[in-house]
Amino acid sequence: MGVDAEVTGSELLQFIIAGLKNGSIYALVALGFTIVYASTKAINFAQGEFYMFGGMFAVFFLSGLGMPLALAALVSVITVTAVGLGFDRVAIRPRRDAGPLTLIIITIGGSMVFQSFARHAFGPDERPLPVFTAGPSIDFFGAAIERQTLWIWALTAVAVVALTILYTRTKLGRAMRACMENREAARLMGIDTNRVVTISFGLAAGLGALGGLVVTPLTQTAFNVGPSMGVKGFAAAILGGLGNPLAAVAGGITLGLLESLSIGFLSSTYKDVIALAVLLAVLVLRPEGLFSRASREKM
Amino acid sequence: MLRVCDLEAGYGHVRVLKGVSIEVAAGEAVTLIGANGAGKSTLLKVLAGLLPAWDGCVELEGKNITGMRAHKRVREGLVLVPEGRMLFASMSVEDNLRLGAYSRGGKEAASEFGQDRATVYELFPVLGRRATQTAATLSGGEQQMLAIGRALMARPRLLLLDEPSLGLAPKVVTEIFSALQELRRRGLTILLVEQDARVALRHADRGYVVRTGEVALAGTAAELMDNDDVRLIYLGAWHGRD
Repeated sequence: MGVDAEVTGSELLQFIIAGLKNGSIYALVALGFTIVYASTKAINFAQGEFYMFGGMFAVFFLSGLGMPLALAALVSVITVTAVGLGFDRVAIRPRRDAGPLTLIIITIGGSMVFQSFARHAFGPDERPLPVFTAGPSIDFFGAAIERQTLWIWALTAVAVVALTILYTRTKLGRAMRACMENREAARLMGIDTNRVVTISFGLAAGLGALGGLVVTPLTQTAFNVGPSMGVKGFAAAILGGLGNPLAAVAGGITLGLLESLSIGFLSSTYKDVIALAVLLAVLVLRPEGLFSRASREKM
Repeated sequence: MLRVCDLEAGYGHVRVLKGVSIEVAAGEAVTLIGANGAGKSTLLKVLAGLLPAWDGCVELEGKNITGMRAHKRVREGLVLVPEGRMLFASMSVEDNLRLGAYSRGGKEAASEFGQDRATVYELFPVLGRRATQTAATLSGGEQQMLAIGRALMARPRLLLLDEPSLGLAPKVVTEIFSALQELRRRGLTILLVEQDARVALRHADRGYVVRTGEVALAGTAAELMDNDDVRLIYLGAWHGRD
């Protein structure tokens, strides 16, 4: 890709910063897809609604119940995590053995239910959240970084580090990796795989909620922001290769950068097409990225 | 130790087990022999809780575990070394053993883990040398050793083994069965499914011949070795008889 003469160095930097900002959010949503896929082999199409809930519940706890912002954010993540846990217990677990396709259809239904609930409970309007830290943008070699963007990066980094510790250092994380690799073998080790799936849904919901609430000060939120973010997160997860949590983060960042640079070098008209183009390209050209884990399952 | 009565089970609408009854006493090594598709592996899967029983009972030390879920059976001391080993391929030998010990809890879990791991490495020294390698890089024989070692980490009271010799060179089979012999000597109760009836009967106290989902014949290993049908069908020859 040749650099367009009209794009200056600081503009390029600005696009990269925007890409890394959006990419971090995609990464959080993509992590949710990956974690649920790892334990169920199903795609959770309600993942975007967890993102939407994150912002909407935070707004509700802040404006509706008058909680301070930090508390509203924390309670929102906890609430949405509980929604994820409950979603598994009520809708997924009863049909756990029905196969991925059935589960996927259930999650699409869940997405619709969550969206209607949000529309009726919180109303049809766009809702704002205040920025976490007030103040002017920070100048970075001629490009501006909003303070909220720093929050986005910091919280994403904390989430990724926490998840890495969970996966590599804890007994629960080992059980989750075992399920990821071979669910039947995991059961033979004495691992309660149902519990792992429930926890996966809770984690995915919490991560989605975190993404949704931290970005709301910049974008506002509404009952219907879930599905389009779901597509972005899904594309990022596929791009990274489903089944590997850290690859999902890389996929998210990559997708964010691709989008943002396409605005810089092509036109903002194509921004939302990028995710779908990436999704199709990966599925057509690198489907083994999608199934690489699944095919090893039988060892 | 284990009592199975009139067990029926299968896949979808196909009934594979048509009323199987077997017993394994504490400290015994019992083998199930039979042709491919006779239902031996299906029986082990039902015993481990991977497949539901349609009818009949499974009792472990007098406790009815027929409907118990798989992960709870491990805590009861019933551990399966599955067909095809089912190792965690991308994880190291050590991590596989750690997962084997997953069901072990309590304050002593950490020190017990070290102890049990040492026991496994003593039984299969090659695993100790490969501790940090991923399971996928092991040879077939080493993988089978790891599968057995991983099962031992749960401190089983009854060890179920599904085709441990499958696809392995004779020398490796000998090595694995001498380890099983050692485990027997230490008092572990074993239920072994094996296509190689000769190997199986040589390493068992008693055996059952399973034919099309039913127990066709039962007896001590010596009796079965001497049985004409068994010799003809499962030992594959008359030679060696004096």
